[in-house]
Formats: sequence, C-alpha cells, structure tokens
Amino acid sequence: MSLTDQNMPNKGFFSSLGEHQGTDDFLRGLWRDNPVFVQVLGMCPSLAVSNSAMNALAMGLATTFVLTMSNVLISMLRNFIPKEVRIASYILIIATFVSMVDYVIQAVSVDLHKSLGAFIALIVVNCIILSRAEAFASKNTVGRSLMDGLGMGLGFMFALFCIGSIREIIGSGTLLGFQVMPDTFEKWVIMVLPAGGFFTLACWLLIFNHYKIKKSKA
Amino acid sequence: MSDQNKIIAPDGSGEKKMIFAMATIGIICAFLIVVTYESTKVTIENNRAKALEDAVFQVIPGITKTKTFQLNPDQTFTEMTTNNPKVQKVLAGYDDQGVFKGVAFQGSGKAYGDVLSLLFGYDPDQQKIIGFYVLESKETPGIGDKIEKDPFLSNMKSMDVALNENLADLKNEIKTVKNGQKTNAWEIDAITGATITSRAVGNILNTSSKEWIPKIYKNKQTFLSNVKTEK
Repeated sequence: MSLTDQNMPNKGFFSSLGEHQGTDDFLRGLWRDNPVFVQVLGMCPSLAVSNSAMNALAMGLATTFVLTMSNVLISMLRNFIPKEVRIASYILIIATFVSMVDYVIQAVSVDLHKSLGAFIALIVVNCIILSRAEAFASKNTVGRSLMDGLGMGLGFMFALFCIGSIREIIGSGTLLGFQVMPDTFEKWVIMVLPAGGFFTLACWLLIFNHYKIKKSKA
Repeated sequence: MSDQNKIIAPDGSGEKKMIFAMATIGIICAFLIVVTYESTKVTIENNRAKALEDAVFQVIPGITKTKTFQLNPDQTFTEMTTNNPKVQKVLAGYDDQGVFKGVAFQGSGKAYGDVLSLLFGYDPDQQKIIGFYVLESKETPGIGDKIEKDPFLSNMKSMDVALNENLADLKNEIKTVKNGQKTNAWEIDAITGATITSRAVGNILNTSSKEWIPKIYKNKQTFLSNVKTEK
C-alpha cells in the first residue's frame, strides 16, 4: 500500500478535484492498490457473492455507493468528530448508507435482493470501507475522499466482476445470464460453490503478483 | 496516543463535544434512513406482492386471474380487504372464463441452508397438489437448488393430499422416500445428494397441508362463489 502520499495537507472542499491528484486517488484504488487483488481486503463478499457476474456487479455497485457516500460524509465531518468516538461515528455513518442501499435494492428487484441475501447487510463490516474512512477520509478533503471512494469502490467491483464472470462462464456456461458455452459443455458445478471462489481468486492473485514482481525487477 | 489525550479538556468540554457529535450524527443518520425507507416502502410492497402473484401463475397452471383471500378468526375466508401483512392469506386462481382452478398457499421451514419458503398450488376438486414454487431459498447452488427443476418438480404435479373422512386431517402423511422408490401419489421422490433439502420440502408440505387444506376444502364454495362477483 502506498499510504505515504495520502496524508497531504487539507486544501478546502473540492479544491483538488480538477488536479492530477484527484485522478491519482481514483486510479490508485482502481488498479495500483486494488482492494481485492493487491490489498487482499474484503475477502468475505469477494468469495461469497462472486458466483455470477450479475451478483458481482450488483454487490460492487452497492459497495461503491456506500464507500463513496461514507467517505464524503466522514470527510465533511472530519473536524467535527472527536477522535475518541470516531470509530463509533464511522460505523454509524456506514450502517446508515448500507440500510439505504438495502431498501433501494429491494425496491429495484426482489430477485436481486434474494440472491445477494445477507451480504448486503454485511457491507457494514466490510473492512475496505472502514479502512478508507480511517486511513483516508478522516484526513483528506471532500474532493479527494470522493475520488478515493469511487476508485476503491470501482476497483472492488472490477475485482468482483473478474472473479464472478469466470465462475459464471465455467460454472453455469453463461455470462450475465446469456449462454456463452455450447450446449455440449459440461458445467463445473464446483465453480459456483465456495471452493470455486477460492480457486478463481488464487488464479487472479497469481496473475497480479506475477505482474507486480516482473515490474519491480525491471 | 499522547496527542489524543490532549483533546479532552479538564473542564469536561471534551465529553460534551463527544456526546454532541454522536447525537448529531445519530440524528442525521436516522433522518437519512427514514427518508429512504418511506420513499421505497410502497415500491417494495408492490414488488413483493407482484413476485407472489407471478409465483401463483406458476403453481396453478392455466390461470389468468388471481384473487387474494384472508383467513378470518372463525376459520372462514373472505376477500382480502386489509394491507396488514400479519393476516394469513391464500390466493385463488381463475382462468379466462372465470372458472376456479385452485388455491395457492405458502409454507416455510428449516432446510439445509436457513429457511426455505415455498408456495404450493392445490386443486380442491381433485384433492391434489398441482404445482410448487420456491419463494425463498438459501440451498446449495447446484445441489439443493435442484428442487426447482425437473425431475423433482414432477413430484408436485399430481400429489395426493386427500382428506380423511371427518375432513380434519390428511388421509396419508406426505413422506419423502429415497430416489426411485416412490410408489404412492403421496410420496416425494428425493434427490440423490440433496436428501436434507428433499426431506425439508416433504416436511414443509406435510405441515402446511395439514394446516391449510382442511380449511380450504371446507370453504371451497367461498372461492367458487366469488367468480360471479368477479364477472
């Protein structure tokens, strides 16, 4: 993690949005410090709800919303929240956005809510969100926190989609519900079961680490 | 940690600040949740009702209209008038001509993964279960969720749930038997490898049938007579 460049002095609301720094905050979460593939955080939802590409996208979107909104609100209130009660305040704020997402998903689609099950409520304890609140939003401007939340959230969604699409193609022969494998293809049921999640995640981590090591040697 | 200690002023203003901050955040959060809950409430209720109605079309074949009936304390049924979710209800299905086809009732119970919630279609004329739909399931994908597919579904297309002579209980208990050993119309052919889920379906059907079928059968006329008012 490149935490060194995160604690820049505050420059006021949105002042850094148009600058290079905002883009950098965004890209760091999306790729260089990807929460799943590089930081290896949030493993529980990454393994549990990545059994299909659709579930992965929905879970990724829900997490992105919670992460961005809580980052923004926490950053806004960062000079107001005393240090002693900061964890309690962050959890309260995160839980609020999770409850909102829970209602919105139920309003959008009952089926989607059914397939994500208990994992929506468990976004509250997703360590990516609390770690971004503590390590970034509580020390940086609203603009930068917004970009950081978006980057980390979309990075999480990207990782979930990478895992979910492979599991769905091999495990169910479809992608986002559309058949992509021929009828003769024998589905690997294990890929939609928890074990398949571990296999797929391991393969992706292998690729990411290989790339990282190669880059550091060069 | 030393710089954190400085924040608490000796006169107690630190404590006040903490309580004030937490209370303010609490109020903001409560407001946000209530606004979202209130603005999505109607849509969520409609979605749920629609999902249930769609399921009824699956469990009673050939229907085009449904009607919801509530169970009254005196064990009779009348057309649903309240929106109270605590009221026990069944849904009756009618075809194009308004001919009564059957009643759908819900049942739920513990299965392999959490609660399994099912909807059954019952035809009082034949005294048979004619359809089955999974409303909520956390069963293992690829194994326990085979209950939603053939050949398991064919168990439920013509299952004997005839009542005994005093119309108070089922003539035959519904039983789940090992795969391929089904001989009677009141038995369920289990799925190999998903025995717990199959047994759970059998138990749920047995319990909910004992609860609902005597009541529905005795009130058969209520569902029939409603056709006229419908037309």
